[in-house]
Amino acid sequence: MGVGIEVRNLKAWYGNTEALHSVNMQMGANQVTALIGPSGCGKSTFVRCLNRMHETIPGTKVEGDVRIGSTDIYANGTPAVEVRRRVGMVFQKPNPFPTMSIYDNVAAGLKLNGFRNRHRLDEIVEKSLKQAALWDEVKDTLKKKSGASLSGGQQQRLCIARALAVEPEVLLMDEPASALDPISTGKIEELIDELKANYTIVIVTHNMQQAARVAGFTGFFLLGTLVEFDKTEKIFTNPSDKRTEDYITGRFG
Amino acid sequence: MRTRFHQSLDDLKEKLLRMGGLAEQAVDRAIEAYRLRDANLCQQVLEGERAINTMEREIDELALDLLAMQQPMAVDLRFIIAIVKINADLERVGDQAVNVVQRVMELLKLQDGELSVDIPRVGSVASTMVRTALESFIYARADVAEQVLKTDSQLDQLNAEVYHAMLKTMHEIPALTTQALNTLLISRNLERVGDHATNIAEDVIFWVRGADVRHLFGSQAANR
Repeated sequence: MGVGIEVRNLKAWYGNTEALHSVNMQMGANQVTALIGPSGCGKSTFVRCLNRMHETIPGTKVEGDVRIGSTDIYANGTPAVEVRRRVGMVFQKPNPFPTMSIYDNVAAGLKLNGFRNRHRLDEIVEKSLKQAALWDEVKDTLKKKSGASLSGGQQQRLCIARALAVEPEVLLMDEPASALDPISTGKIEELIDELKANYTIVIVTHNMQQAARVAGFTGFFLLGTLVEFDKTEKIFTNPSDKRTEDYITGRFG
Repeated sequence: MRTRFHQSLDDLKEKLLRMGGLAEQAVDRAIEAYRLRDANLCQQVLEGERAINTMEREIDELALDLLAMQQPMAVDLRFIIAIVKINADLERVGDQAVNVVQRVMELLKLQDGELSVDIPRVGSVASTMVRTALESFIYARADVAEQVLKTDSQLDQLNAEVYHAMLKTMHEIPALTTQALNTLLISRNLERVGDHATNIAEDVIFWVRGADVRHLFGSQAANR
Protein backbone atom coordinates (compact mmCIF):
# COMPACT_ATOMS: atom_id res chain seq x y z
CA MET A 1 0.00 0.00 0.00
CA GLY A 2 1.05 3.58 -0.59
CA VAL A 3 1.88 5.90 2.25
CA GLY A 4 1.47 9.62 2.67
CA ILE A 5 4.31 12.07 2.12
CA GLU A 6 4.76 15.14 4.27
CA VAL A 7 7.27 17.78 3.32
CA ARG A 8 8.11 20.62 5.69
CA ASN A 9 10.34 23.62 5.00
CA LEU A 10 12.30 21.75 2.37
CA LYS A 11 15.23 23.65 0.94
CA ALA A 12 17.76 22.35 -1.56
CA TRP A 13 20.99 23.79 -2.90
CA TYR A 14 23.33 23.23 -5.82
CA GLY A 15 26.56 24.65 -4.45
CA ASN A 16 25.61 28.10 -3.17
CA THR A 17 22.47 28.35 -5.28
CA GLU A 18 19.26 27.72 -3.41
CA ALA A 19 17.04 25.81 -5.85
CA LEU A 20 14.12 25.12 -3.51
CA HIS A 21 12.84 27.70 -1.07
CA SER A 22 11.10 26.24 1.94
CA VAL A 23 8.57 24.00 0.26
CA ASN A 24 5.67 22.63 2.31
CA MET A 25 3.44 19.96 0.84
CA GLN A 26 1.33 17.04 1.94
CA MET A 27 0.58 14.23 -0.46
CA GLY A 28 -2.05 11.71 0.52
CA ALA A 29 -1.48 7.95 0.44
CA ASN A 30 -2.55 6.32 -2.85
CA GLN A 31 -2.97 9.69 -4.49
CA VAL A 32 -1.46 10.77 -7.80
CA THR A 33 0.13 14.19 -7.45
CA ALA A 34 1.36 16.04 -10.53
CA LEU A 35 4.05 18.70 -10.36
CA ILE A 36 4.07 21.28 -13.11
CA GLY A 37 6.08 24.40 -13.84
CA PRO A 38 8.55 25.82 -16.36
CA SER A 39 12.01 24.30 -16.85
CA GLY A 40 14.30 25.09 -13.95
CA CYS A 41 11.46 25.77 -11.51
CA GLY A 42 12.63 23.11 -9.05
CA LYS A 43 10.06 20.37 -9.59
CA SER A 44 12.63 17.70 -10.53
CA THR A 45 14.88 18.80 -7.67
CA PHE A 46 11.88 18.47 -5.38
CA VAL A 47 11.11 14.87 -6.38
CA ARG A 48 14.79 13.95 -6.16
CA CYS A 49 14.68 15.13 -2.55
CA LEU A 50 11.85 12.68 -1.85
CA ASN A 51 14.14 9.66 -2.28
CA ARG A 52 17.44 11.24 -1.32
CA MET A 53 18.71 11.29 -4.90
CA HIS A 54 19.53 15.00 -4.74
CA GLU A 55 22.42 14.36 -2.35
CA THR A 56 24.09 12.03 -4.89
CA ILE A 57 25.16 15.12 -6.89
CA PRO A 58 28.43 16.57 -5.51
CA GLY A 59 28.11 19.96 -3.82
CA THR A 60 24.40 19.69 -3.12
CA LYS A 61 22.65 20.17 0.20
CA VAL A 62 19.17 19.54 1.59
CA GLU A 63 17.45 21.05 4.63
CA GLY A 64 14.01 20.44 6.11
CA ASP A 65 11.83 17.43 6.84
CA VAL A 66 10.52 14.79 4.51
CA ARG A 67 8.36 12.07 6.00
CA ILE A 68 7.48 9.01 3.96
CA GLY A 69 4.78 7.35 6.04
CA SER A 70 6.16 7.68 9.54
CA THR A 71 9.81 7.68 8.51
CA ASP A 72 11.79 10.91 8.62
CA ILE A 73 14.01 10.15 5.62
CA TYR A 74 16.62 12.78 6.48
CA ALA A 75 16.89 11.76 10.14
CA ASN A 76 20.26 10.51 11.32
CA GLY A 77 20.43 6.80 10.94
CA THR A 78 17.92 6.45 8.11
CA PRO A 79 19.88 4.64 5.39
CA ALA A 80 19.53 6.26 1.92
CA VAL A 81 19.43 2.82 0.27
CA GLU A 82 16.40 1.85 2.32
CA VAL A 83 14.70 5.15 1.41
CA ARG A 84 15.31 4.50 -2.28
CA ARG A 85 13.84 1.01 -1.99
CA ARG A 86 10.67 2.39 -0.48
CA VAL A 87 10.54 5.29 -2.93
CA GLY A 88 11.02 4.04 -6.49
CA MET A 89 11.82 6.29 -9.40
CA VAL A 90 11.16 6.27 -13.15
CA PHE A 91 12.97 8.75 -15.35
CA GLN A 92 12.20 10.68 -18.51
CA LYS A 93 14.30 8.51 -20.78
CA PRO A 94 13.77 4.76 -20.42
CA ASN A 95 17.03 3.38 -19.05
CA PRO A 96 16.92 -0.41 -18.98
CA PHE A 97 20.23 -2.15 -18.34
CA PRO A 98 21.11 -2.77 -22.01
CA THR A 99 23.05 -6.02 -21.65
CA MET A 100 20.57 -7.67 -19.31
CA SER A 101 17.59 -9.76 -20.35
CA ILE A 102 14.07 -8.49 -19.68
CA TYR A 103 13.88 -10.85 -16.72
CA ASP A 104 17.18 -9.71 -15.24
CA ASN A 105 16.24 -6.06 -15.66
CA VAL A 106 13.20 -6.56 -13.45
CA ALA A 107 15.04 -8.82 -10.97
CA ALA A 108 18.14 -6.58 -10.77
CA GLY A 109 17.11 -4.65 -7.66
CA LEU A 110 16.17 -7.78 -5.77
CA LYS A 111 19.35 -9.64 -6.76
CA LEU A 112 21.39 -6.63 -5.72
CA ASN A 113 19.77 -6.91 -2.30
CA GLY A 114 20.88 -10.54 -2.07
CA PHE A 115 17.52 -12.08 -2.96
CA ARG A 116 18.24 -15.61 -4.24
CA ASN A 117 14.99 -17.60 -4.03
CA ARG A 118 14.47 -18.59 -7.68
CA HIS A 119 10.83 -19.56 -7.43
CA ARG A 120 9.93 -16.41 -5.49
CA LEU A 121 12.00 -14.30 -7.93
CA ASP A 122 9.98 -15.72 -10.87
CA GLU A 123 6.78 -14.78 -9.09
CA ILE A 124 7.88 -11.22 -8.38
CA VAL A 125 9.12 -10.68 -11.95
CA GLU A 126 5.80 -11.90 -13.33
CA LYS A 127 3.76 -9.82 -10.88
CA SER A 128 5.81 -6.68 -11.56
CA LEU A 129 5.56 -7.07 -15.33
CA LYS A 130 1.83 -7.64 -15.00
CA GLN A 131 1.45 -4.53 -12.85
CA ALA A 132 3.41 -2.59 -15.47
CA ALA A 133 1.06 -3.96 -18.17
CA LEU A 134 3.98 -5.48 -20.06
CA TRP A 135 3.67 -9.18 -19.18
CA ASP A 136 1.58 -10.27 -22.15
CA GLU A 137 3.98 -8.64 -24.60
CA VAL A 138 7.19 -10.14 -23.20
CA LYS A 139 6.30 -13.37 -21.36
CA ASP A 140 7.65 -15.62 -24.14
CA THR A 141 10.98 -13.85 -24.51
CA LEU A 142 11.73 -12.98 -20.91
CA LYS A 143 15.19 -14.44 -20.79
CA LYS A 144 15.97 -14.42 -24.51
CA LYS A 145 15.57 -10.75 -25.32
CA SER A 146 17.50 -7.85 -23.85
CA GLY A 147 15.74 -4.89 -22.32
CA ALA A 148 17.20 -2.66 -25.01
CA SER A 149 15.46 -4.65 -27.77
CA LEU A 150 12.03 -3.40 -26.68
CA SER A 151 10.27 -0.33 -28.09
CA GLY A 152 10.55 2.98 -26.21
CA GLY A 153 7.12 2.60 -24.63
CA GLN A 154 7.85 -1.00 -23.62
CA GLN A 155 11.24 0.01 -22.21
CA GLN A 156 9.54 2.63 -20.04
CA ARG A 157 7.06 0.06 -18.76
CA LEU A 158 10.02 -2.28 -18.13
CA CYS A 159 11.61 0.46 -16.01
CA ILE A 160 8.32 0.80 -14.12
CA ALA A 161 8.28 -2.99 -13.55
CA ARG A 162 11.88 -2.78 -12.33
CA ALA A 163 10.90 -0.04 -9.88
CA LEU A 164 7.88 -2.04 -8.67
CA ALA A 165 9.84 -5.28 -8.15
CA VAL A 166 11.41 -4.04 -4.92
CA GLU A 167 7.90 -3.32 -3.62
CA PRO A 168 8.12 0.40 -2.96
CA GLU A 169 5.37 2.42 -1.31
CA VAL A 170 5.94 5.55 -3.36
CA LEU A 171 6.64 5.87 -7.07
CA LEU A 172 8.28 9.03 -8.38
CA MET A 173 8.02 9.65 -12.11
CA ASP A 174 10.04 12.39 -13.74
CA GLU A 175 8.37 13.09 -17.10
CA PRO A 176 7.83 9.38 -17.70
CA ALA A 177 6.01 9.80 -21.02
CA SER A 178 7.72 12.80 -22.58
CA ALA A 179 9.83 10.64 -24.89
CA LEU A 180 6.93 8.38 -25.92
CA ASP A 181 4.38 8.41 -28.72
CA PRO A 182 0.69 9.05 -27.90
CA ILE A 183 -0.22 5.34 -27.76
CA SER A 184 2.58 4.49 -25.35
CA THR A 185 1.78 7.65 -23.40
CA GLY A 186 -1.83 6.50 -23.11
CA LYS A 187 -0.66 3.13 -21.77
CA ILE A 188 1.58 4.76 -19.17
CA GLU A 189 -1.25 7.05 -18.07
CA GLU A 190 -3.67 4.15 -17.78
CA LEU A 191 -1.01 2.31 -15.81
CA ILE A 192 -0.60 5.23 -13.40
CA ASP A 193 -4.33 5.13 -12.79
CA GLU A 194 -4.17 1.42 -11.94
CA LEU A 195 -1.00 1.68 -9.84
CA LYS A 196 -2.44 4.28 -7.50
CA ALA A 197 -4.46 1.53 -5.81
CA ASN A 198 -1.16 0.22 -4.39
CA TYR A 199 1.25 3.13 -4.52
CA THR A 200 1.47 6.83 -3.83
CA ILE A 201 2.56 8.45 -7.07
CA VAL A 202 4.28 11.76 -7.72
CA ILE A 203 4.67 12.68 -11.37
CA VAL A 204 6.63 15.57 -12.86
CA THR A 205 5.25 16.57 -16.23
CA HIS A 206 5.47 19.36 -18.77
CA ASN A 207 2.28 18.16 -20.35
CA MET A 208 -0.56 19.90 -18.58
CA GLN A 209 -3.22 17.80 -20.21
CA GLN A 210 -1.41 14.78 -18.83
CA ALA A 211 -1.42 16.25 -15.33
CA ALA A 212 -5.13 16.98 -15.72
CA ARG A 213 -5.79 13.41 -16.90
CA VAL A 214 -3.86 11.42 -14.32
CA ALA A 215 -3.50 13.44 -11.13
CA GLY A 216 -5.93 14.08 -8.30
CA PHE A 217 -3.76 16.89 -6.98
CA THR A 218 -1.44 19.27 -8.77
CA GLY A 219 1.34 21.53 -7.53
CA PHE A 220 2.69 24.47 -9.52
CA PHE A 221 6.34 25.37 -8.99
CA LEU A 222 7.97 28.62 -10.05
CA LEU A 223 11.53 29.76 -9.34
CA GLY A 224 12.01 27.16 -6.62
CA THR A 225 8.77 28.01 -4.83
CA LEU A 226 5.58 25.98 -4.59
CA VAL A 227 3.14 28.64 -5.78
CA GLU A 228 -0.06 26.65 -5.55
CA PHE A 229 -1.09 23.16 -4.54
CA ASP A 230 -4.70 22.06 -4.86
CA LYS A 231 -7.09 19.60 -6.40
CA THR A 232 -6.28 19.18 -10.08
CA GLU A 233 -9.69 20.35 -11.28
CA LYS A 234 -9.33 23.53 -9.24
CA ILE A 235 -5.86 24.23 -10.64
CA PHE A 236 -6.96 23.77 -14.23
CA THR A 237 -10.36 25.45 -14.11
CA ASN A 238 -9.99 28.17 -11.51
CA PRO A 239 -6.54 28.51 -9.93
CA SER A 240 -6.21 30.86 -6.98
CA ASP A 241 -2.87 32.41 -7.89
CA LYS A 242 -2.47 34.72 -10.88
CA ARG A 243 0.95 33.19 -11.62
CA THR A 244 -0.58 29.72 -11.92
CA GLU A 245 -3.26 31.03 -14.24
CA ASP A 246 -0.72 32.86 -16.39
CA TYR A 247 1.39 29.72 -16.69
CA ILE A 248 -1.35 27.25 -17.55
CA THR A 249 -3.02 29.61 -20.01
CA GLY A 250 0.30 30.29 -21.74
CA ARG A 251 0.39 33.98 -20.90
CA PHE A 252 3.72 33.62 -19.22
CA GLY A 253 7.35 33.21 -20.19
CA MET B 1 3.35 32.99 -26.05
CA ARG B 2 0.21 31.51 -27.60
CA THR B 3 -0.55 34.85 -29.21
CA ARG B 4 -2.38 33.22 -32.08
CA PHE B 5 -4.66 31.43 -29.63
CA HIS B 6 -5.35 34.58 -27.67
CA GLN B 7 -6.01 36.41 -30.94
CA SER B 8 -8.62 33.72 -31.71
CA LEU B 9 -10.22 34.32 -28.31
CA ASP B 10 -10.47 38.02 -29.17
CA ASP B 11 -12.09 37.11 -32.50
CA LEU B 12 -14.55 34.89 -30.68
CA LYS B 13 -15.43 37.69 -28.29
CA GLU B 14 -15.92 40.13 -31.15
CA LYS B 15 -18.20 37.70 -32.98
CA LEU B 16 -20.28 37.16 -29.87
CA LEU B 17 -20.63 40.90 -29.38
CA ARG B 18 -21.87 41.26 -32.94
CA MET B 19 -24.33 38.47 -32.25
CA GLY B 20 -25.33 40.29 -29.05
CA GLY B 21 -25.88 43.48 -31.04
CA LEU B 22 -28.21 41.65 -33.43
CA ALA B 23 -30.22 40.07 -30.61
CA GLU B 24 -30.48 43.36 -28.74
CA GLN B 25 -31.61 45.12 -31.92
CA ALA B 26 -34.25 42.44 -32.53
CA VAL B 27 -35.73 42.98 -29.06
CA ASP B 28 -35.73 46.78 -29.39
CA ARG B 29 -37.37 46.56 -32.81
CA ALA B 30 -40.00 44.14 -31.51
CA ILE B 31 -40.89 46.53 -28.69
CA GLU B 32 -41.08 49.43 -31.13
CA ALA B 33 -43.18 47.31 -33.49
CA TYR B 34 -45.64 46.79 -30.64
CA ARG B 35 -45.65 50.43 -29.60
CA LEU B 36 -46.16 51.76 -33.12
CA ARG B 37 -48.12 48.73 -34.40
CA ASP B 38 -45.61 48.77 -37.28
CA ALA B 39 -45.78 45.87 -39.75
CA ASN B 40 -42.49 46.91 -41.40
CA LEU B 41 -40.58 46.61 -38.15
CA CYS B 42 -42.19 43.21 -37.60
CA GLN B 43 -40.89 42.13 -40.98
CA GLN B 44 -37.39 43.37 -40.17
CA VAL B 45 -37.31 41.29 -37.00
CA LEU B 46 -38.46 38.17 -38.88
CA GLU B 47 -35.81 38.70 -41.56
CA GLY B 48 -33.11 39.42 -38.99
CA GLU B 49 -33.53 36.03 -37.38
CA ARG B 50 -31.62 34.26 -40.14
CA ALA B 51 -28.49 36.35 -39.50
CA ILE B 52 -28.67 35.52 -35.79
CA ASN B 53 -28.99 31.80 -36.51
CA THR B 54 -26.04 31.90 -38.91
CA MET B 55 -23.88 33.67 -36.33
CA GLU B 56 -24.87 31.16 -33.69
CA ARG B 57 -23.49 28.34 -35.83
CA GLU B 58 -20.29 30.26 -36.67
CA ILE B 59 -19.58 31.02 -33.02
CA ASP B 60 -20.21 27.42 -31.96
CA GLU B 61 -17.89 26.13 -34.68
CA LEU B 62 -15.08 28.48 -33.73
CA ALA B 63 -15.50 27.65 -30.03
CA LEU B 64 -15.47 23.92 -30.76
CA ASP B 65 -12.31 24.29 -32.89
CA LEU B 66 -10.54 26.17 -30.13
CA LEU B 67 -11.55 23.59 -27.51
CA ALA B 68 -10.32 20.74 -29.69
CA MET B 69 -7.14 22.32 -31.04
CA GLN B 70 -5.92 24.46 -28.16
CA GLN B 71 -7.15 22.59 -25.11
CA PRO B 72 -7.59 25.80 -23.14
CA MET B 73 -7.22 25.94 -19.38
CA ALA B 74 -8.51 27.98 -16.45
CA VAL B 75 -9.84 31.43 -17.41
CA ASP B 76 -9.57 30.64 -21.14
CA LEU B 77 -11.56 27.43 -20.69
CA ARG B 78 -14.22 29.23 -18.65
CA PHE B 79 -14.33 31.98 -21.27
CA ILE B 80 -15.04 29.56 -24.12
CA ILE B 81 -17.63 27.63 -22.11
CA ALA B 82 -19.31 30.94 -21.21
CA ILE B 83 -19.27 32.00 -24.88
CA VAL B 84 -20.98 28.78 -25.99
CA LYS B 85 -23.71 29.23 -23.39
CA ILE B 86 -24.18 32.96 -23.95
CA ASN B 87 -24.37 32.24 -27.68
CA ALA B 88 -27.30 29.85 -27.14
CA ASP B 89 -29.05 32.39 -24.91
CA LEU B 90 -28.64 35.17 -27.46
CA GLU B 91 -30.15 32.98 -30.14
CA ARG B 92 -33.11 32.37 -27.84
CA VAL B 93 -33.40 36.12 -27.25
CA GLY B 94 -33.71 36.46 -31.04
CA ASP B 95 -36.43 33.77 -31.02
CA GLN B 96 -38.36 35.65 -28.33
CA ALA B 97 -38.23 38.83 -30.42
CA VAL B 98 -39.71 36.83 -33.31
CA ASN B 99 -42.45 35.52 -31.00
CA VAL B 100 -43.25 39.07 -29.95
CA VAL B 101 -43.64 40.35 -33.52
CA GLN B 102 -45.80 37.35 -34.43
CA ARG B 103 -48.17 38.42 -31.66
CA VAL B 104 -47.98 42.03 -32.84
CA MET B 105 -48.97 40.87 -36.34
CA GLU B 106 -51.97 39.14 -34.79
CA LEU B 107 -52.88 42.34 -32.95
CA LEU B 108 -52.64 44.28 -36.23
CA LYS B 109 -55.42 42.13 -37.65
CA LEU B 110 -57.69 42.95 -34.69
CA GLN B 111 -59.60 45.99 -33.71
CA ASP B 112 -57.50 48.17 -31.43
CA GLY B 113 -58.94 48.11 -27.92
CA GLU B 114 -57.89 50.09 -24.86
CA LEU B 115 -55.79 47.77 -22.67
CA SER B 116 -54.56 49.03 -19.34
CA VAL B 117 -50.97 47.71 -19.54
CA ASP B 118 -47.56 49.22 -20.13
CA ILE B 119 -45.84 46.70 -22.41
CA PRO B 120 -43.14 49.20 -23.48
CA ARG B 121 -42.11 49.39 -19.82
CA VAL B 122 -41.83 45.59 -19.59
CA GLY B 123 -39.85 45.71 -22.84
CA SER B 124 -37.59 48.46 -21.62
CA VAL B 125 -36.64 46.51 -18.47
CA ALA B 126 -36.00 43.33 -20.51
CA SER B 127 -33.97 45.19 -23.12
CA THR B 128 -31.91 46.98 -20.46
CA MET B 129 -31.16 43.61 -18.86
CA VAL B 130 -29.80 42.27 -22.16
CA ARG B 131 -27.76 45.42 -22.72
CA THR B 132 -26.33 45.34 -19.19
CA ALA B 133 -25.51 41.64 -19.44
CA LEU B 134 -23.60 42.27 -22.68
CA GLU B 135 -21.85 45.23 -21.10
CA SER B 136 -20.73 43.05 -18.19
CA PHE B 137 -19.36 40.64 -20.80
CA ILE B 138 -17.51 43.36 -22.75
CA TYR B 139 -15.73 44.68 -19.67
CA ALA B 140 -15.51 41.35 -17.78
CA ARG B 141 -17.38 42.98 -14.87
CA ALA B 142 -19.03 40.48 -12.54
CA ASP B 143 -20.40 43.37 -10.44
CA VAL B 144 -22.28 44.71 -13.48
CA ALA B 145 -23.58 41.20 -14.18
CA GLU B 146 -24.95 41.10 -10.63
CA GLN B 147 -27.15 44.11 -11.41
CA VAL B 148 -28.87 42.01 -14.07
CA LEU B 149 -29.58 39.25 -11.55
CA LYS B 150 -31.12 41.79 -9.20
CA THR B 151 -33.37 43.26 -11.93
CA ASP B 152 -34.92 39.94 -12.86
CA SER B 153 -37.44 39.93 -10.01
CA GLN B 154 -38.59 43.41 -11.05
CA LEU B 155 -39.32 42.08 -14.54
CA ASP B 156 -41.14 39.06 -13.11
CA GLN B 157 -43.27 41.43 -11.07
CA LEU B 158 -44.16 43.55 -14.12
CA ASN B 159 -45.06 40.41 -16.06
CA ALA B 160 -47.28 39.22 -13.20
CA GLU B 161 -49.06 42.57 -13.22
CA VAL B 162 -49.73 42.26 -16.96
CA TYR B 163 -51.03 38.74 -16.40
CA HIS B 164 -53.55 39.85 -13.78
CA ALA B 165 -54.60 42.91 -15.75
CA MET B 166 -55.21 40.84 -18.87
CA LEU B 167 -57.09 38.18 -16.95
CA LYS B 168 -59.30 40.91 -15.60
CA THR B 169 -59.85 42.31 -19.11
CA MET B 170 -60.83 38.87 -20.42
CA HIS B 171 -63.42 38.56 -17.66
CA GLU B 172 -64.80 42.05 -17.92
CA ILE B 173 -64.63 42.72 -21.68
CA PRO B 174 -64.85 39.36 -23.46
CA ALA B 175 -64.70 41.14 -26.84
CA LEU B 176 -61.04 41.97 -26.11
CA THR B 177 -60.05 38.42 -25.12
CA THR B 178 -57.87 37.80 -28.18
CA GLN B 179 -56.10 41.15 -27.81
CA ALA B 180 -55.58 40.50 -24.11
CA LEU B 181 -54.24 37.01 -24.77
CA ASN B 182 -51.75 38.26 -27.37
CA THR B 183 -50.62 41.05 -25.07
CA LEU B 184 -50.19 38.60 -22.23
CA LEU B 185 -48.04 36.39 -24.45
CA ILE B 186 -45.91 39.36 -25.53
CA SER B 187 -45.30 40.17 -21.90
CA ARG B 188 -44.32 36.58 -21.23
CA ASN B 189 -41.93 36.57 -24.20
CA LEU B 190 -40.27 39.71 -22.83
CA GLU B 191 -40.05 38.14 -19.41
CA ARG B 192 -38.23 35.22 -21.05
CA VAL B 193 -35.81 37.69 -22.67
CA GLY B 194 -34.99 38.76 -19.11
CA ASP B 195 -34.41 35.13 -18.13
CA HIS B 196 -31.89 34.76 -20.96
CA ALA B 197 -30.19 37.99 -19.89
CA THR B 198 -29.97 36.52 -16.39
CA ASN B 199 -28.34 33.37 -17.78
CA ILE B 200 -25.84 35.50 -19.68
CA ALA B 201 -25.01 37.46 -16.53
CA GLU B 202 -24.49 34.21 -14.61
CA ASP B 203 -22.14 32.97 -17.34
CA VAL B 204 -20.14 36.21 -17.13
CA ILE B 205 -19.78 35.74 -13.36
CA PHE B 206 -18.66 32.15 -13.96
CA TRP B 207 -16.09 33.29 -16.49
CA VAL B 208 -14.72 36.16 -14.41
CA ARG B 209 -14.84 34.66 -10.92
CA GLY B 210 -15.00 30.94 -11.59
CA ALA B 211 -18.13 30.80 -9.40
CA ASP B 212 -21.34 29.07 -10.35
CA VAL B 213 -24.18 31.33 -9.21
CA ARG B 214 -26.99 29.62 -11.07
CA HIS B 215 -30.20 29.03 -9.17
CA LEU B 216 -29.16 31.18 -6.25
CA PHE B 217 -31.29 34.12 -5.33
CA GLY B 218 -30.09 37.70 -5.83
CA SER B 219 -28.25 38.54 -2.63
CA GLN B 220 -26.85 35.04 -2.23
CA ALA B 221 -25.52 35.11 -5.79
CA ALA B 222 -23.91 38.47 -5.22
CA ASN B 223 -22.02 37.12 -2.22
CA ARG B 224 -20.42 34.24 -4.09
